Amino acid sequence: MRRALQVVPALWSVLAALVVSVILLALAGAPPFRALGLVLDGAVGDGGRMADTLMSWVPLTLAAAGLVVTFVAGLWNIGVEGQVIAGAIGATWAARTIPGEGFVVIPAALAAGVAAGALWALAAGVLKTRGGVNEIFGGLGLGFVAQSLATYLIIGPWKRAGIASTSGTEPFREEVWLPTVGGTRLSPVAVILALAAIAVVWALLRGTRFGLRLKAVGANPASARLLGVPTEATILRAFALGGGMAGLAGAVLATGIQHKLVPAIAGGRGFLAILVVLLAAYRIVWVAPIALFFAILSVGSAQLQLRLDLDSSIGGVLQGILVLFVILIGGWQALHRRDAEEP
Amino acid sequence: MEATIASIVAAAAPLVFAAVGETITEKAGVVNLSLDGSIALSAMAAFAVAFLTGSVVLGFAVGALLSALVAVLVAFSGIRLRLNQVAVGFVLTLFLAALAQFLGNPFVRQPGPSVRPMAVPVLSDLPFVGKILFDQNVSVYASLVLIVVVAWVFRRTRIGLELASVGERPEAAHARGISVSRYRFGAAAVGGALVGIAGAAFSLDVKLGWSDTQVMGFGWIALAIVIFGGWRPIWVALGCYLFGALQVLALKLQPVFPGVAQILPSLPFPLMIFTLVVVNSDRLQRLGERFPFLGRLLVSDAPAALGTNFEI
Amino acid sequence: MLELRGITKRFGPVVANDGIDLDVPPGSLHAVLGENGAGKSTLMKILSGFLPPDAGRIRLDGHEVPTGSPRAALRAGIGMLHQDPLVCLPFTALDNFILGREGKIDRAAARGELREVCARFDFDIDPDARARSLSVGERQQLEIARLLSLGVKVLILDEPTSGISSEQRTKLFSALRTLAGEGLIVLFVSHKLEEVEELCDTVTVIRAGRVVGERALPCPADELVELMFGDLVVSSARPPVEIGAPALRVSGLAAGTGRQAVTGVDLEVRAGEVVGLAGLEGSGQRTLLRVLAGLEPARAGHVEIDGRSLDGSSYEGFVAAGVHYLPAGRLEEGLVPGLTIAEHLTLAARLSDWVVDWDAARSRAEEAIEHFRIKGGPDTPADALSGGNQQRLLLAMMPEDLRVLLMEHPTRGLDIESADYVWTRLLARRDSGTAIVFSSADLDELVGYADRVVVFFSGKVLADLPAAELTADRLGTLIGGKVAS
Repeated sequence: MRRALQVVPALWSVLAALVVSVILLALAGAPPFRALGLVLDGAVGDGGRMADTLMSWVPLTLAAAGLVVTFVAGLWNIGVEGQVIAGAIGATWAARTIPGEGFVVIPAALAAGVAAGALWALAAGVLKTRGGVNEIFGGLGLGFVAQSLATYLIIGPWKRAGIASTSGTEPFREEVWLPTVGGTRLSPVAVILALAAIAVVWALLRGTRFGLRLKAVGANPASARLLGVPTEATILRAFALGGGMAGLAGAVLATGIQHKLVPAIAGGRGFLAILVVLLAAYRIVWVAPIALFFAILSVGSAQLQLRLDLDSSIGGVLQGILVLFVILIGGWQALHRRDAEEP
Repeated sequence: MEATIASIVAAAAPLVFAAVGETITEKAGVVNLSLDGSIALSAMAAFAVAFLTGSVVLGFAVGALLSALVAVLVAFSGIRLRLNQVAVGFVLTLFLAALAQFLGNPFVRQPGPSVRPMAVPVLSDLPFVGKILFDQNVSVYASLVLIVVVAWVFRRTRIGLELASVGERPEAAHARGISVSRYRFGAAAVGGALVGIAGAAFSLDVKLGWSDTQVMGFGWIALAIVIFGGWRPIWVALGCYLFGALQVLALKLQPVFPGVAQILPSLPFPLMIFTLVVVNSDRLQRLGERFPFLGRLLVSDAPAALGTNFEI
Repeated sequence: MLELRGITKRFGPVVANDGIDLDVPPGSLHAVLGENGAGKSTLMKILSGFLPPDAGRIRLDGHEVPTGSPRAALRAGIGMLHQDPLVCLPFTALDNFILGREGKIDRAAARGELREVCARFDFDIDPDARARSLSVGERQQLEIARLLSLGVKVLILDEPTSGISSEQRTKLFSALRTLAGEGLIVLFVSHKLEEVEELCDTVTVIRAGRVVGERALPCPADELVELMFGDLVVSSARPPVEIGAPALRVSGLAAGTGRQAVTGVDLEVRAGEVVGLAGLEGSGQRTLLRVLAGLEPARAGHVEIDGRSLDGSSYEGFVAAGVHYLPAGRLEEGLVPGLTIAEHLTLAARLSDWVVDWDAARSRAEEAIEHFRIKGGPDTPADALSGGNQQRLLLAMMPEDLRVLLMEHPTRGLDIESADYVWTRLLARRDSGTAIVFSSADLDELVGYADRVVVFFSGKVLADLPAAELTADRLGTLIGGKVAS
């Protein structure tokens, strides 16, 4: 698939996705270009909106950076959504139970998120290497388990005083919120974490033996084994690392955006991160810009709801159709190349 | 008691369509992972069509057609384009769910037409089973008939045997003159149509009306149940009813144990994982070899060529 | 009368069948003989419609048989038993028997038919048993019964005797004789001389995708060997090697299952000795090499390197003891597609450094490229290299100090220049005291480079002879399973 996702199909796909969305918008009775303008305005129109977009970009980028690690190792970590939730649960636990100042509790909460996400991913990894359960189904199942665990905690042990409601836990103490700047929701710490995640994965894949082993296991486990790569350990480490980053995304969602645990804490961001990585063809340098584009679409689409009374899901439609077209057009072109080669 | 069981049978009907449909598709070796999005799109489209035309039947037809097209697209991308079926299905899941939400916006929570209850005369007066099986609506009857028909097709007909061979060992099917790609496209289309009917049954029968949140997750549940049922139609259907029972149980427990009630509906997923671990466990495989009957009951492998692309 | 005309089939650059003509009269037990990769299986798959040919025509009893359609071939009366019988493992024997028939399913009638065919040929198949639980021989019998019940006039059997018991073989041969007596055409594909001589009346020999000869049987074995393997260059005298202490000692080794099994292997290889493993593909050489590399467990027996037991040791343990394995599938098992030459050499260095110094790695790669004359740069991906250069890269990845070097088909698919080069490097290793064990299907290579040749047949060592006493003819006969007088 890597070869299929080259520049030319990407260009065609962007064009095709644009055409389809214009048609869809017209069908929905909206002036298409005004709608697209509104999306842009809604995402980057002023400082506050830019802050919101960046804060939507952070968890998406964190989860996607972790996914690059697992995808490079040949692992379809669809369980990433559950790992984000697990991270949020871990962070919530720390925020609720650890007393003290913010500079103590916040790092602890983030670390708890990383640990919980890594553990959740390791479960999928062990199921794969020891239980023979494909990571797609194992991860998916564990994702739903994490989801109901969150819901259970919210209305059970962590319910708000007096009422059990799915609207979320009691908000954290304000010291435990990720500090923001300029009266917006922008948290510099979160942005730095996301950039750091990109840098770490980039460095890992480019300059380390572990990164080399990941690639080897992903491209050909049999050869990798002969070359002395401990395949099982490498797979488990990839899961732990990818899950840890997804867990960090969950921790940021809990401590920096929601300031509490809500049932829809991940809100499909893990799944969206898979689209980002597919579109980036597993290349880490493309993750940040594509995630930013997706964040703009997601945040900006909310404007359509307010201004044109359109459903905000147009962002998801655009994201989906873009990735779908890149994959299908890439496959189509590969088919024609093959047909040309085979007389 | 009868009323509870009857309500489970009714509530599980859409899931039966989806899970049995996916069983057909996977039996032929094609994985259609797009279920969650397909169901949403078909539920929305079926309701919109029925709402606009007043015809419930037309709604079902459009729902079936749309999901069949989606499934054929998944099969095409695997068979012709040699793409990863899982990747395409996954992307479609997210895309179609968003598309359904977007296009369905004007229809959200509108009252509209629905499938009407229709008791079968005489039979519905039978004790116990009458209430459960014969005092329902057409869509529920269809789900019951479907289970029987699909089980019969796989056990007794040439089409069923050939379809299973295509998913099990496509080379063997090809060597016997069976067209692998024709069966795969066919199974994708039929299975997809049933998934679409599942969507339509959600919005026109069980949940009445369209809202994107009410169908979310059922596609994944259906996929899990296919594995849980070991790709055997009757077991898959039983899995659907088990899930329906869990939902009812959750409702009843809601006032007493709200926490537990929230968790119950996700039970199919750990059960699916457990099933997969058990199926892959060497010890159980050996037990199955020693006691063939027990083995056949417990262990049912995935179609051996599931998700692979066959080429000469 | 079965007539094939101009059957041609290419797979990429490889021509598997090159304008093959074949005529077989009814009632023949006709053998199609040739070494591995000669193109026999491809030809039979085309005849049975399983594969479409690029060119060529098939006629049976004067009627044109459409090519590329198994159904058309079956309707015309051509059926094939594939080397690995194509049955669906979770299905019952009866369902496999029925599968592919046209019209409605009638299990009761089919059960009767299956019983009838089984009774006639003394086959023993439980119709209700799952195919998974049947042995290879029983699966074959099931397939033959199915094809006969479909009324085939041409029965193709592709290497039917590997993996079946001798009792099943006897039954199979007697069934085939009966069928030929009734006017069927039996096409028996094999590379085993002995069986061909035992069973068949006529033989067509195929080499490198072409028909190289037709003979009536019986016919002198060495004539067939020459047809199969072509002109053999008998080895030239080689300089005597200094052979040291035993480096590798194997005793009573058993490993693998089914077709891949080996049993009762005893082998001693001394430092500086080169031992060639001969035999048809799948006679056990690959399993032995993989066990010796620590990649597969042994069921019984012992493996020692330099007198130290490695029983139950992990792959890492074998590597630490100085064993290195070069598999046949260079890009499938040896190299990682997508990774560059520099990345391969870095992985192969098995260092425990965390951060890779790519500048140093690249200059090491450049040295290796020059030293091993690899056509490529440090950043060339392994899958972009030619076969010869891939093999050179694999050689470059070998550790310095080796006690035992295990190789599968060291020069398969290489041009002469690359093959010579590979052997130059290998012999240099031998001279520095490494014991070399290699498998090959190339008789010239075996006789030319090995000091001793061990011949495998059906998972057992058939002969262990000094290469000097061996002619290629003799070796060819041995490979066919015949211990000549």
